[in-house]
Amino acid sequence: MDMSLYPHAVAMSADEFMSWSSAMINEMLSAGTKRTVDKLTGPVWAWAMRNSMHPLHFGLACCAIEMAAASDTRYDAERVGMIYRSSPRQTDILLINGWISKKLRPDIRRLYEQIPAPKWVVAMGECAISGGPWYDSYNIVQGLDQIVPVDVYIPGCPIKPDAMIDGFMLLQKKIDAYFRRGVFMTD
Amino acid sequence: MSEDANIIEKPSRDDIVSLVKAEFGGKVEFIESTKKNIKAINEGRRLFMKADREVLHDLAKYLHDKLNFEQASSVAGVDWVDHMQVVYHLTNYCTSMVVEITVDIPNDDLHIASVSDIWEGANWHERETYELFGIVFDGHPKLERLLTPKSYEFFPFRKSYKLRGQE
Repeated sequence: MDMSLYPHAVAMSADEFMSWSSAMINEMLSAGTKRTVDKLTGPVWAWAMRNSMHPLHFGLACCAIEMAAASDTRYDAERVGMIYRSSPRQTDILLINGWISKKLRPDIRRLYEQIPAPKWVVAMGECAISGGPWYDSYNIVQGLDQIVPVDVYIPGCPIKPDAMIDGFMLLQKKIDAYFRRGVFMTD
Repeated sequence: MSEDANIIEKPSRDDIVSLVKAEFGGKVEFIESTKKNIKAINEGRRLFMKADREVLHDLAKYLHDKLNFEQASSVAGVDWVDHMQVVYHLTNYCTSMVVEITVDIPNDDLHIASVSDIWEGANWHERETYELFGIVFDGHPKLERLLTPKSYEFFPFRKSYKLRGQE
């Protein structure tokens, strides 16, 4: 690529960057460079991302106790790479474990949108899957998938820590497949 | 509270009955419980009374100021279809005595005096009773819905409220 055509490439406006970068990506796509780089780096991204799952530390109800139990020395969820972060900006998985009252509904949506992409959503326990014991309630949302798209459902009431780890190992496969598909220089 | 000379720190069951009768006369009625198998009732730590709506605030203030009932354990509502009821549980820490006051209010005038100026802890109990039954507590500092969204225009614990599955 001839950088002399872009003399101010270090500091450019957003519009200039978009045209500059899409020209570069198109050039790499047509030359087959992107496919090569994807093939080379995809497994690296997948390995890194699937082994550093950072769910949002957002305990809602009794399943949050099981979430805590999964982190203790007996189950040790950190060995599959789960580290809870308290800010949605630092996470890539929205883990909802418990009933979602209708007053909480906009806040769940906001938390989901604050997580940087790519992001995954896990519905943990019957309440988050379908409302569970609060079927037809006046105040409980009948399932997390009415608000945000859900990737993995982990059933149980409450779920056991080993079931939760099993669900996250399923999610690892999903993360793995996503990054192996090739994500180099895609937004 | 003990620096107040008028306060009776550990009023007995008989003290409460005689003092409240002397103060409020026929406006407060003591009722016998039908649940005789409960241990606390047999030991005399439960007292049931039915008060008129007009004297409820004075009665609550009297129980708090004179008879040392320092805590409002719960304020709840009951929908009896033909009328509504507000139930107060007041606790004396020194004797573990719990007084239950039931107040009947008519369906067409769901107003009652707030006791959150006497016990701050009654504040959220009254808000919850308001959001579930629609009973308005006059004099409450912030009578808004507590756990349900503000957009709700119904009161879900009323018998007239039907869920979709009950249709």
